[in-house]
Amino acid sequence: MTRSARLTMSRERLAAWSMVAPALLLTVTFALYPVADSFWLSLHHIFIGLPQLGSQFVGLDNYLALLQDPVARQALLVTLGFVLLSTVLELACGLMIALVIHEQFRGRGLVRAAILIPWAIPTVVASQLWRYIFNDQYGFANLLLFGDRVTDYIPWLAYPTIAFGIVVLADVWKTSSFAALLILAGLQLIPDDLYDAARVDGAGAWQRFRHITLPLLKPALLLALLFRTMDAFRVFDLVFVMTQGGPGDATQVLQFYGYQTLFTEGRIGYGSAVSVAVFLMILALSLIYLRAIGSSLLERKRP
Amino acid sequence: MKRRMLLGLGIFLSVGLSLLPFLWFVLTSFKSQADIESIPPTWWPSGNLGFYRTALFDHRLFDYAFNSLVVAGSTTILALLLAIPAAYALARLTVPGKRGVLAVLLCVSMFPQMAIAGPIWRLLDSMGGLNHRWGVVLPYVALTLPLAIWILASFFKELPPELEDAARIDGCGPWSTLFRITLPLATPGIFTAAILILIYAWNEFFFALLILTQPEQQTLPVGIALFQGEFTMPWGELAAASVVATLPLIVVVLLCQRWIVSGLSAGAVKG
Repeated sequence: MTRSARLTMSRERLAAWSMVAPALLLTVTFALYPVADSFWLSLHHIFIGLPQLGSQFVGLDNYLALLQDPVARQALLVTLGFVLLSTVLELACGLMIALVIHEQFRGRGLVRAAILIPWAIPTVVASQLWRYIFNDQYGFANLLLFGDRVTDYIPWLAYPTIAFGIVVLADVWKTSSFAALLILAGLQLIPDDLYDAARVDGAGAWQRFRHITLPLLKPALLLALLFRTMDAFRVFDLVFVMTQGGPGDATQVLQFYGYQTLFTEGRIGYGSAVSVAVFLMILALSLIYLRAIGSSLLERKRP
Repeated sequence: MKRRMLLGLGIFLSVGLSLLPFLWFVLTSFKSQADIESIPPTWWPSGNLGFYRTALFDHRLFDYAFNSLVVAGSTTILALLLAIPAAYALARLTVPGKRGVLAVLLCVSMFPQMAIAGPIWRLLDSMGGLNHRWGVVLPYVALTLPLAIWILASFFKELPPELEDAARIDGCGPWSTLFRITLPLATPGIFTAAILILIYAWNEFFFALLILTQPEQQTLPVGIALFQGEFTMPWGELAAASVVATLPLIVVVLLCQRWIVSGLSAGAVKG
């Protein structure tokens, strides 16, 4: 390589770095450093209300306490239940929506737009909306079910199990269309000849779905599952607006518990331990999924 | 024939279930207080704008909308300014430590907000950013950058490289190649990224709740989440505020449905 060529190379590298650096700097400052700081804080006892105590290094004490904490254990169970139920329902609804909007028909653009509206609505608005629909006196649910038999009206959100179900319902309504878009992208990758060939061989609609669509859709379904699981683990807005974790602890999810310990009670060390634990769980889950997605992509590449 | 009927049923169900719940809020926003409080509630509004008036003047709806506009607008502009060069470099140039950069970006998109909330609060406290609109813009930009870079980079990769090669042979450096050659060709990709950033920033609640504690600075989601009446829940005003917060999004979705669909599925296809 001549000297001038090497000079151009290094100038280009410099330019490349000057293009990446500002974005990287901001990401590191407002995302990467905070996670490290959260971990560091989680190794301390810090109480906002008691500044005279300062911050005391306690090693893994907060994590040991977390393992013994019955509220945290309950919040973990509620979160896992929420993740499981909402992702399964969202994938099922998403698959059905995707099959519909994959078809060719007049006005498909409008139908797609209509389906995207729940996804675009602010989560806070969706939460207030469902809270109002299930309101005990003025709600649409009671009006629809009981009309003017006012004495039968049900205070839906006062029952633990029903309240949990309504939070799941609101989440499914809000995000099924996102799952549908990811699945739609997978549907568009399946070549039409496969269906034609199967039809020639006499396969019915159900058989074509079962033996062509579903297997080839596996990577897209796994990807949708990955995104939805990560999001469901982080659920906060819905619970904050609709139930504040109640009634009792029926909708007390980990993120809301973390929020309460950190910002309502001001137990910075312990609250940080809760959020770091959630982060580690999400990380572990996504690594498992990514492995599964990787291997299913490999399977597909095999002739 | 059976297939058409099934499809019709599918369209009917998915459109109906998507729109009906919100329609109840739209109807509510045009009711009067008497319509709302009658038991059983009335189906149809008597048709007046009272709730919009009180929401605007007694519940700071105007402030919230203005703040949301400023926050979402600045987030979008800033995030694009940072994401475009970064995505271009990652798609086209040899960036030393590229794998590390990509790993950081991927990692950031998985973070639960709570895991960074405390430190971000402390950081903004020391910078004097609490209760300022720019205090939420900075974390919003950081958190939308991964998605924006992802979309833009996959778009840049699909452009034919010949034009850029020609520009480089003519002596254009990377920056001027980006601005003169690539950017004009990449408007659809930039548009897609802009819409997704805009929707994120318009809807974000959690950081806004933590950072903006004064009503004068709060955005629509915070205002709507903390909506309170003196004695009872002001459902009518709440519905009106929700319609105001959602209307711009409905317009965006109607106009830009194609870009949203392609943008959100870009990650899935190129995986």
